[in-house]
Amino acid sequence: MEYVIEMRNIRKEFPGIVANDNVTLQVKKGEIHALLGENGAGKSTLMNVLFGLYQPEQGEIYVKGKPISITDPNVANRLGIGMVHQHFMLVENFTVTENIILGKEITTGGRVDLKKAAKEVKALSDRYGLSVDPNAKIENISVGMQQRVEILKTLYRGAEILIFDEPTAVLTPQEIHELMEIMKKLVAEGKSIILITHKLKEIMEACDRCTVIRRGRGIGTVDVAETNPDKLAAMMVGREVNFKVDKTDASPKHTVLKIQNLVVEDARKVPVVDGLNLEIKAGEILGIAGVDGNGQTELLEAITGLRKAVKGTVELNGKSITNHKPRKVTEAGLGHIPQDRHKHGLVLDFSIGTNMVLQTYYQQPFSKHKILKFPAIFEKANQLIKEFDVRTPSEHTLARALSGGNQQKAIIAREVDRSPDFLIAAQPTRGLDVGAIEFIHSKLIQERDKGKAVLLLSFELDEVMNVSDRIAVIYEGKIVAIVDPKETTEQELGLLMAGGKKQKAGDRSESH
Amino acid sequence: MNLIKGRLFHILVPVVSVLLGLLIGGIIMLVSNYNPISAYAALIDGIFGNGYNLGETIRAASPLILSGLAVAFAFRTGLFNIGVEGQLLVGWLASVYVGIHFDLPKVIHLPFAILAGAAAGALWGVIPGFLKAKFKVHEVITTIMMNYIALYTTNGIIRAYMLAPGERTKDIKETASLASPWLQQLTEFSRLHYGIVVAILAALIMWFILWKTTTGYELRAVGFNQHASQYAGINVSKNIVLAMAISGAFAGAAGTMEGLGTYQYMTINNAFTGVGFDGIAVSLLGANGSVGIIIAALLFGGLKIGSLTMQSAAGVPTELVGIVIALIIFFVASSYLIRWLTNRFTKGGKI
Repeated sequence: MEYVIEMRNIRKEFPGIVANDNVTLQVKKGEIHALLGENGAGKSTLMNVLFGLYQPEQGEIYVKGKPISITDPNVANRLGIGMVHQHFMLVENFTVTENIILGKEITTGGRVDLKKAAKEVKALSDRYGLSVDPNAKIENISVGMQQRVEILKTLYRGAEILIFDEPTAVLTPQEIHELMEIMKKLVAEGKSIILITHKLKEIMEACDRCTVIRRGRGIGTVDVAETNPDKLAAMMVGREVNFKVDKTDASPKHTVLKIQNLVVEDARKVPVVDGLNLEIKAGEILGIAGVDGNGQTELLEAITGLRKAVKGTVELNGKSITNHKPRKVTEAGLGHIPQDRHKHGLVLDFSIGTNMVLQTYYQQPFSKHKILKFPAIFEKANQLIKEFDVRTPSEHTLARALSGGNQQKAIIAREVDRSPDFLIAAQPTRGLDVGAIEFIHSKLIQERDKGKAVLLLSFELDEVMNVSDRIAVIYEGKIVAIVDPKETTEQELGLLMAGGKKQKAGDRSESH
Repeated sequence: MNLIKGRLFHILVPVVSVLLGLLIGGIIMLVSNYNPISAYAALIDGIFGNGYNLGETIRAASPLILSGLAVAFAFRTGLFNIGVEGQLLVGWLASVYVGIHFDLPKVIHLPFAILAGAAAGALWGVIPGFLKAKFKVHEVITTIMMNYIALYTTNGIIRAYMLAPGERTKDIKETASLASPWLQQLTEFSRLHYGIVVAILAALIMWFILWKTTTGYELRAVGFNQHASQYAGINVSKNIVLAMAISGAFAGAAGTMEGLGTYQYMTINNAFTGVGFDGIAVSLLGANGSVGIIIAALLFGGLKIGSLTMQSAAGVPTELVGIVIALIIFFVASSYLIRWLTNRFTKGGKI
């Protein structure tokens, strides 16, 4: 059997770490081949080797049976290898066509022939059913459409082998479904696809075969038809993974957080949180379910002191923290795992060790008389790195260099370690693999069992339903219903999130 | 690319830049019908040749160290302080004012005059800092404007209140002077003064504040990521103002080098001194680090002083040294080029 791409026994080292060790990847023509591994397992490194961004220390690469040395991305392009990046590389205020032809412009008499280019883009788009408008500006089209532009870019450059780097991380469920259809169409037209992912559902749905990497080592390749999510997860993580969250019933005690008639305005002075009431008790996890943009972000910002509340009160342990500064709120007993870990959670250009004391650096033992005590800081960092299994070459490594899952573990370690009475976890598992998700869920439940109050905000209904003890549905800045996750269904939650009324208990059995 | 990474690369870039700058400067001399070998020989002689030249080199380097520190400190906290020149001028004037108008014993008068200069510079830095923190006005614009305000205000004040014969202020009192007969004698009567001690002390202070104190931690955190700093409870506005104040204080202290050290007075300046702007180059070449800045300032000070001998002994105009300095900055700024070149040499053509 001839492979269109064959990477044999690839080894790639970085100072202090072996990113790929003896990894073999063989892709057949016309298949969707999944590359599965946890965050930081070495998937991206392997693809960067294939794309010519890194040179391997050992191993050979064959393209269509011929041994080849891919020294830079231009070589990869000439060989027909195209990459659809996770973070789009598009010029926001250019049109779709202008973006696609960038660097490969068609010119007549020295001028760019945009009309001709637009026609070619349209033809290409129609052929693969992408329905992209060649004249739309990037800034005006949805994220899903922007991704299709990235796909068109590679096709326009004659790519035969397309690498998709975690393409679904930024997409809505509907867009994910459409992307899967597009990928199937691409392989039907003779293209080959490598899909980098850690989402088992997508592999089961769309892929033909799957190669698994764990901690840089190639574990093996399996036919998707002959496996199941449990087996794949076990290969990826190296042990059995528990998909169902293990937890006992909550035993809620006194009220920790009490919000009354809270009104918060966004930058346009629109009251996006509009008279919201909510109580969270010690020893329970309260999940907030809602469609993005119904005031969740502003609610959290108002609680944590990052945004002013116009009206209403927030009390923590019976004392008002309404419109207090972030530090006072933190000191009053708040831990906060923020939604955007890069923007709010970490100073990416600080070492992971110094990030561990982002809220406590001014306290003893980390400093005394305003002088930092680095031995104490790094001792604490080391303890947390071990305790929370943060995989990093050392505590001095820049936070930027860590994978998303390990960055998130570091943030959680920092927040939980302060032992706050009230913990906010905003989208704590976004973009993470099953192993990390399991770990984070168990940590949240551990905090609950210690008698802390936990507020979980997530846009994944599975997560809200599995982890929470109570679910508060937010709609247009108000809590419209509080439901018991054991007695509700996705359908009911979906209806409530869209502004529907809660059904009576007796009606529910008829609805499914 | 792995070979040329991290610490080594940080040192390699400036060193290779200096060598390339000298090399291409030599080519330009050749093209202009000057002998680069005799020119550089004269240049080196002009830096190290005798005690006088060496003393002058160190003297010229002292304010450059401080203005370099001012730029670097702001840069480490995420700010571009292009206003070092203006902060230097107000610092110069304030120190001279204190030097003339107070009668105090030396142990008090001299530190007081230096601190007055630093305080004036700090104040001049605080204004753009405040505008940035409060109204989000970009500090590059405001600091450039503040340079002109400083130039014409200091000239105006000298003209109105402090004028002595010769378009300048009176001399400062001996009790406020950095001048040292001992250092002058040691260096064949150059104008070398104790300012170099102040400059090196300041370099130590910068390193200590940035890397050892909670203040430095906050300043750097705000410089890298304002959102995360705010989330962590750090007062972002306060730290922006503070960063500009400390940066301005270094710049003001650079002004005292001229006022209390080299000249002992302040002249009416027709144009900027250039020392403040050179600070940007020094900071860049010194990779924004205390030690690097001292070395870079000594190099630039040496080139400037050495160029005088180059002109008199080898007949090569001093402007050529200006070109060499510009080339060095060009190569540091385009460090990617050097990365590429070194990779060519170390990996035999592969990149």
